[in-house]
Amino acid sequence: MAFERKHILGLQELTAEEITLVLDTAESMKEVSERDVKKVPALRGVTVCNLFFEPSTRTRSSFEIAEKRLSADVLNFTTSQSSVVKGESLLDTARNLEAMGASMIVIRHPMSGAPWLLARTLDSSIINAGDGSHEHPSQGLLDLFTIRQLKGKIEGLKVVIVGDILHSRVARSNIWGFMKLGAEVRVVGPPTLIPKYIENIGVKSYFSLDAAVDGADVVIMLRIQKERQDSEFFPSLREYSRFYGLTREKLKYAAGDVTVMHPGPINRGVELSSDIADGPGSVILEQVSNGIAVRMAMFYLVASARSSS
Amino acid sequence: MSILIKGGRIIDPSRNFDKVGNILIEKGTVKSYPEDIKKLEKASDVKVIEAGGKIVAPGLVDLHVHLREPGYEHKETIRTGCESAAAGGFTSIVCMPNTNPINDNASVTEYIMLKARTEGVVNVFPLGAITKGENGETLAQIGEMYEAGCVGVSDDGMPVMNSKVMRHAMEYVKAFGIPVISHSEDLNLSGNGVMNEGYTSTLLGLSGIPSASEDVMVSRDITLAELTGTHLHICHVSTVGSVRLIRAAKERGVRVTAEAAPHHFTLTDKAVAEYDTNAKMKPPLRSETDREAVREGLRDGTIDIIATDHAPHSEDEKMVEFDQAPFGIVGLETALPLSLKLVEDGVLTINEMIAKLTHLPSAIINVRKGTLNPGDQADIVIFDPGQKVKIDRESFRSKSRNTPFNGWDLKGVVLYTIVNGNIVYSV
Ligand SMILES: [Zn+2]
Repeated sequence: MAFERKHILGLQELTAEEITLVLDTAESMKEVSERDVKKVPALRGVTVCNLFFEPSTRTRSSFEIAEKRLSADVLNFTTSQSSVVKGESLLDTARNLEAMGASMIVIRHPMSGAPWLLARTLDSSIINAGDGSHEHPSQGLLDLFTIRQLKGKIEGLKVVIVGDILHSRVARSNIWGFMKLGAEVRVVGPPTLIPKYIENIGVKSYFSLDAAVDGADVVIMLRIQKERQDSEFFPSLREYSRFYGLTREKLKYAAGDVTVMHPGPINRGVELSSDIADGPGSVILEQVSNGIAVRMAMFYLVASARSSS
Repeated sequence: MSILIKGGRIIDPSRNFDKVGNILIEKGTVKSYPEDIKKLEKASDVKVIEAGGKIVAPGLVDLHVHLREPGYEHKETIRTGCESAAAGGFTSIVCMPNTNPINDNASVTEYIMLKARTEGVVNVFPLGAITKGENGETLAQIGEMYEAGCVGVSDDGMPVMNSKVMRHAMEYVKAFGIPVISHSEDLNLSGNGVMNEGYTSTLLGLSGIPSASEDVMVSRDITLAELTGTHLHICHVSTVGSVRLIRAAKERGVRVTAEAAPHHFTLTDKAVAEYDTNAKMKPPLRSETDREAVREGLRDGTIDIIATDHAPHSEDEKMVEFDQAPFGIVGLETALPLSLKLVEDGVLTINEMIAKLTHLPSAIINVRKGTLNPGDQADIVIFDPGQKVKIDRESFRSKSRNTPFNGWDLKGVVLYTIVNGNIVYSV
């Protein structure tokens, strides 16, 4: 099949076939990354702009390396550099970047739906690098890629997502990605952070970590934002960690070969005890290198869709 | 110049009048319903409007309009808001006090009244703020605003959270016999919500406004109306919960009336699906269950009237991230076709629909509008309920274009709007 999307805004919109195509393409991109000359000319002459309204060195670097390995010209805009501080609207900022020649815009934004605004209005292809509490499709694809490599398949796996589901874009992308490829998805966290309507998507929600990890093949730990403590969501990080932090003790309910993932950066001792973060079931470092391959695949497919349309 | 409206179906629900006939307008008033019109048709000083097959009704009355002037003239002015009203078939509109400065004292009221008299083509009735600067704490100059022409007080845009202040406001207005018009919302429960809390908000990762944030305040306001005996009018009812609360309150005789906005009886929160900021308003578009409850409330009379909550915002203000966009949509020029859809769907009869847009809203603010008795001021709308129309926001008379209905195929075209015997709008 051919990929026909000009933008990648979320995994909700992608079909299982499209997701599989991205993962398959990422396999070949990973081969490129393992060569001595880690460069292919797929994006030669294409200007890609990384428009980041939130600091995220890890995600931005991963995108940037992917862009450079595809021979793109790269423009970096982060909040402190951009004119957004002067009150320029998102749309005006993006239009200026387009005027400078950008035809692909990677956007990270603290507000849900910001990439949609650009996709609706601009000619450029928009790649969502994380918008508010909505989606983080490259992270979701990367998690799928890592698990597929490790377990050989996604279908039939029991996947548990732990933590602040309400505010997590990683959770939403993972829910869609794993569900579309046939996994059973569970979410667990304090009831204040589990949206009331989440089960309508087709996941099962839990308030007890022990019950949720029962028989789990994959456990995805979400980063807990420190500002959520001392608010009305939960009383303290200590109490959060006591009920929703993953320890060896709790993991014994999971499948023997359970894989633990974390989109990082980890609050050690809060979401994860160190022995798990660094232990044999953890693929946290593997995810970093896979991230580049998956992002290369996203660019590659969107670029070919652009040139064929 | 006299006007003869000839051969239309005249519907005046205030006295159950529904007959094909003629209306003669003279010196700004409804002169008579002449049967023999041969002489009149030939008279040189009589303008004849052929209304065969059309509906002739009292000019529509909208209890919920944001005219934005003074202070936000880039969104709307009293002039353009009135023109928009006329194009929608409205001859009287009630404007909300959340301008800049806020209409919390007689001088602002007088300014609005003067502007409306000199620049507005329809009748404008202002509402005063409940509290000074809509601060929610100290009562505004309610008596003086009443003397200057305010027909009620409202906290629209900035609900009074302090129940004691609301209680005192309800008591105080009794001296002037005006209603308290409440935007019932618990701001703490709404938090930083930008759309209805539900499945769609969960998918979109947008902060939700639970329906409880409306229900809790409707419940409080009804309780206070019961305590004080004051006439409470509840704005833009959007939830199944508030419909239930209002129905129960009416059954036990509480003096409460309520309105619903066309967007709430037409759309659900699914309209937000692609982060369309033209589907962002307060209260937000709700679930299908809520939409059905609002329609049932309109049908059984729990919800007395239809009001637009016309809330213009400029294109620049709406073309931003969903979280950043202001709440509100324009409504004056789409209200009639959307209301006629209720008739087509069998929710209301045409007479009930007209009643909810004419004499019933007038009664809530105690003004003599929305009727076509001989001797009444000639405020009249003539419309074709069956004529197809494609909503085109570029054709709006309003200064703003923020509608979720652009491109919709509907029925119902306003042909003439007449205010005080003058034709202020015709197609
Ligand atoms: Zn309101």
